[in-house]
Amino acid sequence: MDGNGTKKDYTLQVILAWLLVGIPLIWGVWKTALNAMKLFQ
Amino acid sequence: MSILDREHIVAPMTYNRWLVPPAALCVHLCIGQAYAFSVFNLPMTKLIGIAEPAPDDWSIPALGWIFSIAIVFLGLSAAVAGTWLDRVGPRKAMFTAACCFGGGFLVSAIGVATHQLWIVYLGYGVLGGCGLGIGYISPVKTLITWFPDRPGMATGMAIMGFGGGAFIASPLSVWLMSHFKTETDMGVTATFVTLGIVYFVFMSIGAVIVRVPAANWRPAGYTPPAQPKKLMTDQTVHVDQALKTPQFYLLWWVLCLNVTAGIGVLGQASAMSQEMFPGRITAEAAAGFVGLLSLFNMAGRFFWASTSDFIGRKNTYFIFFALGIFLYAIVPSTAHMGSIVLFVLCYGIILSMYGGGFATIPAYLRDIFGVQYVGAIHGRLLTAWSAAGVFGPVLVNYIREYQINNGVAKADAYTVTMYIMAGLLLIGSLCNLAVKAVHDRHHLQVQDQPAQ
Repeated sequence: MDGNGTKKDYTLQVILAWLLVGIPLIWGVWKTALNAMKLFQ
Repeated sequence: MSILDREHIVAPMTYNRWLVPPAALCVHLCIGQAYAFSVFNLPMTKLIGIAEPAPDDWSIPALGWIFSIAIVFLGLSAAVAGTWLDRVGPRKAMFTAACCFGGGFLVSAIGVATHQLWIVYLGYGVLGGCGLGIGYISPVKTLITWFPDRPGMATGMAIMGFGGGAFIASPLSVWLMSHFKTETDMGVTATFVTLGIVYFVFMSIGAVIVRVPAANWRPAGYTPPAQPKKLMTDQTVHVDQALKTPQFYLLWWVLCLNVTAGIGVLGQASAMSQEMFPGRITAEAAAGFVGLLSLFNMAGRFFWASTSDFIGRKNTYFIFFALGIFLYAIVPSTAHMGSIVLFVLCYGIILSMYGGGFATIPAYLRDIFGVQYVGAIHGRLLTAWSAAGVFGPVLVNYIREYQINNGVAKADAYTVTMYIMAGLLLIGSLCNLAVKAVHDRHHLQVQDQPAQ
C-alpha cells in the first residue's frame, strides 16, 4: 500500500529496470562470445 | 540534499525487491569499465604523433599507472568510506560514486586535451578510483537486507555486473574513439567526455531506483530460522570490533589468496596460452581465450554465490581451494597432452572460482559478523584485493622470467608457477578451515545497537 492506501503494482518498473541493465549486458556478452569463438576456429 | 538520505528511500511494504538488483547493476556495470581501461593505452601513446608515437607522447609504462592508481584508490576508498556508507545509505553513496566516476572521466578528458598526464592520474586514478571503491560496496548491504533468504545470489548478481562491465565498455570505447577520431585527434578526449556523462547518468538512475526496506519488512513467506545455522550469526559485530577478531584476518587471506591465484593468470592468459601451445594458439585465438576466461569469470560470480546459499560459504570456498589445487596441478599435463579443450576448461573453471570468490565474500561476512556493519567490513576486506593485485601478476611474471633466464623452455616456464598457485590455494584452504563462529564477547549488546 502506498501513502494513499492504494496498492501499487511495480511489475512494469521491474521489467523496465531489468531491460535497462539486461540489454547492454547481453550485447556485451554476445560481442565477447563471438570474439571467444576465434579460439576454436 | 535530503532526497539522498536514507530516511527518504525507505520503501513501502508492497515495494518489489526485484527492483534493487538492477539498481545495483546500474552501478556495477559502469564501474566494471575499469577492467577495459587498457583499450585506451595504445591510442593515448599517439595523442601527438597520431599515426605513430611522437617523442613527447606518453609511454605505456607511464599510462599503466592510471589503472594501478585507480585500483589502489578503490581499496582505500572502500576501506575508508564503508562506515560512512552504512550510515548515509545506498542512494547517497551511489550518487557520490556516480559523481566521482563520471567526474573522473571528465577531469581525465581535460588531462588528455592539455596533454598533462598528472591530471589523468588525478582524474581517472584518484577520483575515478574513489568512484570504483564507493560504487563497489554501495549496494552490498542493501541487497543482503532485501534478500535475507538468498544473500549470496543477490550480491552475486551485482558483483557479476562488475565482471560484465568490461564487455560493454571495451567495444563501446573502441567504437566511440573511431567515431570521434579525425586526422588531428585520436578521439580520446571526446570519448572520455561521452563516457563520463553516460556513466554519470546510468549510475544516477541506479541511485534513483534503489530503496531500503522498512525495519519490520520480511520477504513474503520468509521466517528467519529460530536457531541460526552453524557459522551464521543473528548477532551484530561492530566494524571496529570485527578488526579485532581472527575471523576477519582469516577471511582477508582467504580472499587475497583466492584472488592472487586468479589475477596472476588472468593478466598473463594471452601470452601463456600462446607459449604453452606454440603454433597452435595464435595471437587472435589467444584474444578469444582471454574473452572466454572473462565470461567464465562473470558467470562464476553469479553461479558460485548463488550456490553458496544452499551449500554454505565455508563449503563453497572449500570447493574453490580443493578444486583449484587439483586444476592448477593438472594444467601443465594438459599442455603436455596437447589438449587445448582441457586446458581451456581447466582455466575456465579456475576463473569462475576467482569471480566466485569476490561474489561470495559479502555473504560470508554477513554470516560471520551480521548484517549491520557488513558494508563497512566488506570495504575494509577489499584491501585484500589491492594486495592480490600486486602479488598475483608479480608472482607469475617474475617466476616466468626466472625460469626462462635459467634455460627452461617457454612452453614449460609456467609449470612451477602453477604448482606455486596450487600451494597458495592450499594455504587459503587452511585459513578457510580455521574460520569459526565469532566469540560472544565480540557481539554488540542490544543497548549498543544503532536503530535501523
